Amino acid sequence: MAITEAKKMTTLQVKRFKPSENPTNNYLTDEKGVWAWMTTVDHKKIGIMYLVAVAFFFALAGFLAIALRTELWTPAKTFIEADTYNQLFTLHGAMMVFFVLVPSIPAALGNFILPMQLGAKDVAFPRLNLASLYIYVAGAIFTFAALASGGFDTGWTFYTPYSSDGNGAGVIWVTLGVFILGFSSILTGTNFITTIHKLRAPGITWDRLPLNIWALYATSIIQVLATPVLAITILLLAFENIMDIGIFDPALGGDPVLFQHFFWFYSHPAVYIMIVPGFGIISEVISTFSKKTVFGYWAIALSSLAIAFIGFLVWGHHMFTSGQSAVATTVFSFLTFLVGIPTGIKIFNWIATLYKGSIDMKTPMLYVFIFLFLFSIGGFTGIMLGALSVDIHLHDTYYVVAHFHYVMMGGTLMALLAGLHYWWPKMTGKMYNETLAKISAVLIFIGFNMTFLPQFVMGSQGMPRRYYNYIDQFTPFHQTSTIGSYILGVAFLIILYYLVKSLFGGEKASSNPWNSRGLEWQSTSPPDFHNFDHTPVVINGPYDYHKPMEEFQLGLAVSHNGHDAEHTSTEVEKTEEKA
Amino acid sequence: MANHSANHPAHVQHHFVDSDQQFDSAKLGMWVFLVNEILFFGGLFCAYIIFRAWYPELFTQAALELNAFWGGVNTVVLIGSSLTVAMAIRSAQRNEIKGLRINLMITILLACVFLVIKYFEYEHKLHYGIAPGSFWDPTPEKLAILDHPKANIFFSIYYMMTGIHGLHVLVGIGLMIWIYIRAGKGHFSSEYYTPVEITGLYWHLVDLIWIFLFPLLYLIE
Repeated sequence: MAITEAKKMTTLQVKRFKPSENPTNNYLTDEKGVWAWMTTVDHKKIGIMYLVAVAFFFALAGFLAIALRTELWTPAKTFIEADTYNQLFTLHGAMMVFFVLVPSIPAALGNFILPMQLGAKDVAFPRLNLASLYIYVAGAIFTFAALASGGFDTGWTFYTPYSSDGNGAGVIWVTLGVFILGFSSILTGTNFITTIHKLRAPGITWDRLPLNIWALYATSIIQVLATPVLAITILLLAFENIMDIGIFDPALGGDPVLFQHFFWFYSHPAVYIMIVPGFGIISEVISTFSKKTVFGYWAIALSSLAIAFIGFLVWGHHMFTSGQSAVATTVFSFLTFLVGIPTGIKIFNWIATLYKGSIDMKTPMLYVFIFLFLFSIGGFTGIMLGALSVDIHLHDTYYVVAHFHYVMMGGTLMALLAGLHYWWPKMTGKMYNETLAKISAVLIFIGFNMTFLPQFVMGSQGMPRRYYNYIDQFTPFHQTSTIGSYILGVAFLIILYYLVKSLFGGEKASSNPWNSRGLEWQSTSPPDFHNFDHTPVVINGPYDYHKPMEEFQLGLAVSHNGHDAEHTSTEVEKTEEKA
Repeated sequence: MANHSANHPAHVQHHFVDSDQQFDSAKLGMWVFLVNEILFFGGLFCAYIIFRAWYPELFTQAALELNAFWGGVNTVVLIGSSLTVAMAIRSAQRNEIKGLRINLMITILLACVFLVIKYFEYEHKLHYGIAPGSFWDPTPEKLAILDHPKANIFFSIYYMMTGIHGLHVLVGIGLMIWIYIRAGKGHFSSEYYTPVEITGLYWHLVDLIWIFLFPLLYLIE
């Protein structure tokens, strides 16, 4: 480093700024009206709008799930036709995956929290951020157009030849919708990678990055590397439908297994796009509510990257029965087991963080425990499915359905709920009803297990997925599952009720209701338009619970160009509290 | 923010600390986007590899339909345009706005030449009914040469690859016209030329992809 650079590093005047409580000026009051929201480049408002959109699609797809479960109450027809049933499960899967799980944590919560945890005013490309929201909406419009033009019943995986076999306009519309949606995901990923690299506040070195940021970083890498492959696959599929180019359609000389390879090259990493940001939330919440430094910071941080990397090498485990070579299946099976290692590292480090912590059983923490329980089951059954001989037996049965719901709903969605409850006071400035929140969390746990545990049993006994009819012996399992889904539905309605109620007349939240050491909590609730009143200077790690609270809440006193982390930290002159 | 510095240059957006940070961010963002593009085309290259491995004789036979001379001319045109866009960035760095505009104009013209040549190549093939997918209807003389049941798949791949690449060229032309206009309005100087730089990066990638497409499609024997 040059001498001039070294000089810059000397001393830096830093003052403690205590965030004011319940400010009248915040990002919500900054600009008002529908037009201001629609044209805003504020990452916080964009995050909120994403949250609303994701909640809308979750409600819609959840409603479809309840309709599906109701249809499965009896072995034969209950109340909908078989063709409608096929369309409904396809729509449920496609919406939950592409419209809910992929954008849920990164685009909704991540958009709001990431710049705040970095001490930045916004993401690197605010206009692209807004564009990604509109692209998401455009993708949604295409999907609804698909419904209007006859629907689609290919399953959410769009396997050829189902999707290339003259299935009508619906498939073209929905695949173009997913193609468009991919750009929204790519833009979010690009934005996050750049923001994390370039917009960290003074003092946030790579070893002081919150684990949530590490998780979002790993997620963004997957988004950027995997999504374009889906884009080209879907584009080829659309052309297959429009002008029979013959790449995937076996009737024209194409190769349907090639489609599966392409599709899973995206869609397997995509499940890590869905779960890895959840890991980030779990790390944050566990540390805050155990009042303890996270155990194994680097192990957790790097295991996110390891999962992202290995996640690219395992797509073949979806195709053990598709006629892959024996060598390929063996290698893919082995690599699949490898994913268990970094995931296990995370679980063990979280447990070690809990050990001897002063655990505060607030709602977010409750969801973390539900996550640990359900996700572990989901993970272990994933190992079962990765084992070759077992998978031949379980392939395309309800066992796979149950496994996927345990990792995605029991994992991602529980983490999302943990994060939503954890950051709700920061996002809205209001506290929700803790009692109702706990009741609904317990209901979700009961309802979830009632819904999906029987599916493991059914699956291992041979109940195939996606079937409209089933043999009588599965009736009790299906009915238990259906009742469980109703309990889940009620629990989510309670959540909707108390969250909306908290917005109108909820108790006002203090700036740091959980006494967290995270940077996002050192701002007001709700935050200022620029996130912080003063450019924060970070001299402590995000999990330094062994240090007193006075050490935190620092702001830059002198005007300074120090956006890169090296410029501070060692020698800091502290001036005592002001304002 | 309270200590928001009041006297920053006009081109620096509110959430950046200084011009350097903005420039670095834009550049990194563009590189990430280029990685995206490579994986996007990667899918097509992958399809190419698989079908060529299955039908090697088809590929060598069908490639003869492509005119290696005009393909070669197009390669030279695009490499030349990569040079001029680099010179445009160099001009911007040296604050020579006139040079920047001249170099951009040459780049735009070269890109148009590329598309015109491409148009005539397509036109020639479509004339003989060598069209993608369901429009595949070659004239008897061509059918005698392209005597292979999967001949249409080669041309599907050819049209997808060159078509999507051509679309990227078109986008590049649009971007460079936009920058040309902005340069005319005096938006750029040696202090601020980020859009020029990142459009240049994009243009190099478009060039690079063609450098792979040309031998893979035109020069196989």
